[in-house]
Amino acid sequence: MSVKAPSSPAESRGRGGSGGRRVRHRPRGGLARLGPLPWIAPVILLILAVVVYPIVELVRTSFLNISIAGKVRGSAGTDKFKKLFEETDFGHVLLWTVLWTVVVVCVTMVLSLGLAQLFNQRFPGRRVARWALIAPWAASVLMTAIGFKWMLNQTAGVLNTLLIDLGLIDKSKDWLGEPGTAWPWMMFVAVFVSLPFTTYTLLAGLQTISQDVYEAARIDGAGPWQTYWGITLPLLRPAFLVGVVINLINVFNSFPIIWAMTQGGPGSDTATSTVFMYKLKETDIAESAAMSVVNFAMVVVLVLIFLKVSRWNEEDA
Amino acid sequence: MTATAPAARKRSFRPRTLVITAVAWLLAALFLAPYLEMVLTALRPADELRDRSYFPDKLEWSNLVDVWKESSLGDNLQVTLLVAGGATVLVLLVSLPAAYYTARVRYRGRKWFLLLVLVTQMFQPTALVVGLYRQFYQLDMLNSVWTLILCNAAFNLAFAVWILSAYISSIPVELEEAAMVDGTSRFGAMIRVTLPLALPGVVTAVIFTFITSWNEFIMGLTLSTEPDKQPLTVGINNFIGNYTVQWNYLFAASVVAILPVIVLFAFIERHVVSGLTAGSVK
Repeated sequence: MSVKAPSSPAESRGRGGSGGRRVRHRPRGGLARLGPLPWIAPVILLILAVVVYPIVELVRTSFLNISIAGKVRGSAGTDKFKKLFEETDFGHVLLWTVLWTVVVVCVTMVLSLGLAQLFNQRFPGRRVARWALIAPWAASVLMTAIGFKWMLNQTAGVLNTLLIDLGLIDKSKDWLGEPGTAWPWMMFVAVFVSLPFTTYTLLAGLQTISQDVYEAARIDGAGPWQTYWGITLPLLRPAFLVGVVINLINVFNSFPIIWAMTQGGPGSDTATSTVFMYKLKETDIAESAAMSVVNFAMVVVLVLIFLKVSRWNEEDA
Repeated sequence: MTATAPAARKRSFRPRTLVITAVAWLLAALFLAPYLEMVLTALRPADELRDRSYFPDKLEWSNLVDVWKESSLGDNLQVTLLVAGGATVLVLLVSLPAAYYTARVRYRGRKWFLLLVLVTQMFQPTALVVGLYRQFYQLDMLNSVWTLILCNAAFNLAFAVWILSAYISSIPVELEEAAMVDGTSRFGAMIRVTLPLALPGVVTAVIFTFITSWNEFIMGLTLSTEPDKQPLTVGINNFIGNYTVQWNYLFAASVVAILPVIVLFAFIERHVVSGLTAGSVK
């Protein structure tokens, strides 16, 4: 710390010069005396106003009675939570939220491992091929979902045409009209839009593995599968875990896919908890806030897992 | 293509390379296929929409122009441009000084600041949108472009701060010190010395914020209730519900909404992962 044997008077007074990094202190007007605040306060203010305050407002709303017109009609205590938990669809929605998140993330991770391995090979046109891969990542998830809704259209959807021509179905189906087929298709879209980010994360992870390790394995006579299970996968663990947690958060929150393709219908048969929250918002915003509080709690758990996994504070701070 | 690889080994890999190339190219095509179908639909004449053909007989290029005249999506496009542009400017103005200071100075509370930023990055608008709605309803700020700018900026700050401070950390502090010895202020050194060198990071932050705000859906849907104040994503989604869907117009607008973003994304693709995983995967 700055206490030990300052080499020059200027340095001993230098704020922030402690961590080994030398920053020359130049007393220049009032700004410098305020320390970090002028630099970081705008970020903190914006986060407080638009990220933190809504959390407060959300919790507050879940304990109020609010009319359809938006007028507050006194406290509701925990009534809104009771009402929410007693909704006939509530259990079903929670179950599907878990299924949706787990299935989509698992399938995404497994497929991404394969894709990353493939796109890590050297082949002609790799740059262009990798570029094609990012399309679903860059494009709005909503637009992609609408695209699939159109391709699954019963009268003219190209996927129906394709499946008929391939002989897989004999007549055009209303895939999104019933939960049994709507769920798999929506999961397909969710996997489709999650693959690019995940593959790129794993590709970045693969590139950190030194070639020397593979060289050593080859000399020891390890086959390709042995090398993959014994070396690649264990060394890919950090990138893989980060990919899993970020995907869990994204897929749990992935509202636009379902909203665009089925709006959670028929009834709430294809709703996850975020879609259910939105449907409740139309009738009782306080109950919707109660659902949001539950959703938020789940996100907090996932974020805590992320902090654990991401090693964010192992950096030289 | 390692230059050192002996010719013999290279040749024995050829059939394998062929298979890899074929599979990779096929997969790449599959990833683009849905967007190609959207472009084809955008160009279909209205009377071919119900045809079960893979390719339209005739391409109606005028759809791309007519959609803006025949629908009110032009208003929505304008909102999206303002919101994405405004949020990008705001993010840059706010995150640059913070990222610079955090990269250069070990101040008290630095770790807490980084934690706050990281946690913000993980919270997405979806779980908070009801709170946001109540907040801006009480402030009487629904249906305002400013509200959407503020919200989009706030949820993109974290990415910008991370990527910028990572870039700035990698630029030797000595360069600035030299400028400061020559009498430049710290702020001047940041603008004239560091910023030009950190340009790839700045470009990444700018493009990423722009794309994310451009694509944003749930806040636009919730915080703007009047159709002409909603962003393009919401406008296009309303298009489905309103009348018998004119899919060709819908996708004409979608193509305009999607293509620029995919092209922009290609520029920053290599830097995005480290920003999104908060540096845990580089």
